[in-house]
Amino acid sequence: MTSDAIRRKNKRLALVAATIAVAMVGLGFAAVPLYNLFCRVTGYGGTTQRYDPVAAAEEPKVLSDTVSVRFDANVSPKLPWKFYPEHPRDTVTIGARDMTIFIARNESSRPITGTATFNVTPDQAGKYFTKIQCFCFTQQTLQPGEQVRMPVLFFVDPKIKEDVDARDIQEITLSYTFYPVDDGKKAS
Amino acid sequence: MTDIAATAPIHADHAHDDHDHKPGFFVRWFMSTNHKDIGTLYLIFAIIAGIVGGVLSGMMRLELAEPGIQYLQGWAQFMGGAGDEVAGKHFWNVMITAHGLIMVFFMVMPAMIGGFGNWFVPLMIGAPDMAFPRMNNVSFWLTAVAFVMLVGSMFVPGGSGNGAGTGWTVYAPLSTSGSAGPAVDMAIFSLHLAGAASILGAINFITTIFNMRAPGMTLHKMPLFVWSVLVTAFLLLLALPVLAAAITMLITDRNFGTTFYDATGGGDPVLYQHLFWFFGHPEVYIMILPGFGIVSQIISTFSRKPVFGYLGMAYAMVAIGVVGFIVWAHHMFTVGMSVNLKMYFTAATMVIAVPTGIKIFSWIATMWGGSISFKTPMVWAIGFIFMFTVGGVTGVVLANGGVDTALHDTYYVVAHFHYVLSLGAVFSLFAGFYYWFPKMSGRMYSEVLGQLHFWIFFIGVNVLFFPQHFLGQQGMPRRYPDYAEAYAYWHLISSYGYAIMAVGMVFFFVNVIYSLVAGKKAVDNPWGEGATTLEWTLSSPPPFHQFNELPRIA
Repeated sequence: MTSDAIRRKNKRLALVAATIAVAMVGLGFAAVPLYNLFCRVTGYGGTTQRYDPVAAAEEPKVLSDTVSVRFDANVSPKLPWKFYPEHPRDTVTIGARDMTIFIARNESSRPITGTATFNVTPDQAGKYFTKIQCFCFTQQTLQPGEQVRMPVLFFVDPKIKEDVDARDIQEITLSYTFYPVDDGKKAS
Repeated sequence: MTDIAATAPIHADHAHDDHDHKPGFFVRWFMSTNHKDIGTLYLIFAIIAGIVGGVLSGMMRLELAEPGIQYLQGWAQFMGGAGDEVAGKHFWNVMITAHGLIMVFFMVMPAMIGGFGNWFVPLMIGAPDMAFPRMNNVSFWLTAVAFVMLVGSMFVPGGSGNGAGTGWTVYAPLSTSGSAGPAVDMAIFSLHLAGAASILGAINFITTIFNMRAPGMTLHKMPLFVWSVLVTAFLLLLALPVLAAAITMLITDRNFGTTFYDATGGGDPVLYQHLFWFFGHPEVYIMILPGFGIVSQIISTFSRKPVFGYLGMAYAMVAIGVVGFIVWAHHMFTVGMSVNLKMYFTAATMVIAVPTGIKIFSWIATMWGGSISFKTPMVWAIGFIFMFTVGGVTGVVLANGGVDTALHDTYYVVAHFHYVLSLGAVFSLFAGFYYWFPKMSGRMYSEVLGQLHFWIFFIGVNVLFFPQHFLGQQGMPRRYPDYAEAYAYWHLISSYGYAIMAVGMVFFFVNVIYSLVAGKKAVDNPWGEGATTLEWTLSSPPPFHQFNELPRIA
């Protein structure tokens, strides 16, 4: 019924279709790094920026406007730490560097390693909230009863004033949540 | 493979005395490679799955008929779980999950694509069979095993009780850290199998439609049902692998300590929602597009006119398929998106109303001035147009990011997607079933019972789902077994609607049994001059192997 020529054509087309399916599986997995990249580039979901002194050609211009920055600290219920900002809010001149201190204390009787996730709200401020130095870039190990003061060095990019969606922002909240580092889980 | 090719000429020699030779019962139905038999298997399978999914929804409507929790704990105990309140509420989640997954993956998809697609795509394009008959068989049995896996998952631990209580969307973190036990793994694995089956089926359809058309059957002469299956197959091919990837990451998050969707390890649960809906939105078109095709055939047949704007109809489906891939985030307007992103997804979603509108208008224009006969398939098809339009209109309302903030996850959404799917897709399934029943079985259905089925079902589902718009606008959230007294009135009416619909379904089953046993013998073409597609040139039922000599299309 079906000639050999059609059979061959069928096989070729089926292979093409199967390749598309496999490629789409690949794309599904590739979504993980792509999504990460997308968040970092666009500040999606309030993802903050990291200051790169090499890429930044010039120091940011300091404007006369100020913005209020609030600091929020949370701890996972699985982590027996105390974690809070030294000052809950700060008024920051846009473009100028500012430093704030977060305090963490291990209240258990064993050394524990934790790592923090972070974002800012409102979401559209993420693109302009630039961190120069932050404890959240590395894992923190605290000995029993140890208390550390952890600085965050940041500035608000003056370009925020050129963005119609973000220029009216009066208040930015920087939020951290500390989680225990589970040995079984990779920290990416 | 080669031995079939070698015996083919011998078959051709004996074409007349040999071509209707059927294998024995076991080989014919369990090792089937015949597209019509596999189509029949799919239809039987879909009816069985539909009964299971339908009984689940009946249990939910019973529980929701009045405020408070009446039955859940007893049911949870009956299903082998603990009889306490937590297990009862978990069983509710299990029911909504199973109802959704069964209806989507094991009722609508197998019936539309596996059932009618297998039966009529080869017949309509003048092909002897599907391109890969054995792969076709693999698809069917993978689907069957997947269904067994899903039903089985209801009896093993899944967190706070037996079964997977994650919702059909299987959102993390509920589906990862929130549901210990093997039930969710089984449900996910079931989706893997059903997905693999559908991808194989899609490859089969694409190959068949591109390579196996009879001489003269150009793409632009193909019946619209074949066009709809072709577009659907591409959607399956592009969307399902993404689901497979997304749920594979769920499995590894659950079992192997990865943190793709876990913020504590640098992942993001919202990523799962993006991946799921990148699949999930095309999926809703996968369910409805073959319905569009069926309705186009029926409207044209019973108006005794060729379908109005054939090319526009075909390319409207292509457009719906393409645009369907770039609107997914309208399912997740509330995850925290910027205004610009919401604006884009709102606008892109509304664009889909344009090709959909082309289809609705073309169906109406086909009927306009036609010599219409209101046989059972036709009333179902017209019912489809009405229902789908109502569901489409509420869809445009929900497409607005701002409005959705208020209506997200309310009964308004439930009413919307049941109007397009439970009423739209299912009406087109019944339309197709009555339309092709004489061709498939060789016997006529009972017109009286068919009409009774339609009218009772039509009234039932409208009483069932229309009040859910009101409930949603009043703020009733979906997926809850209990509610405040204020919602009791419309919930009770909604449950009455279920009962009416169930009575309608009795007429369906009586009709099927009566027609198979005592129905009048069907002629080759019972619908007259309006039925112009190739399947009506064959006997009813068609010979076991058809088109040994390929038809030529002028």
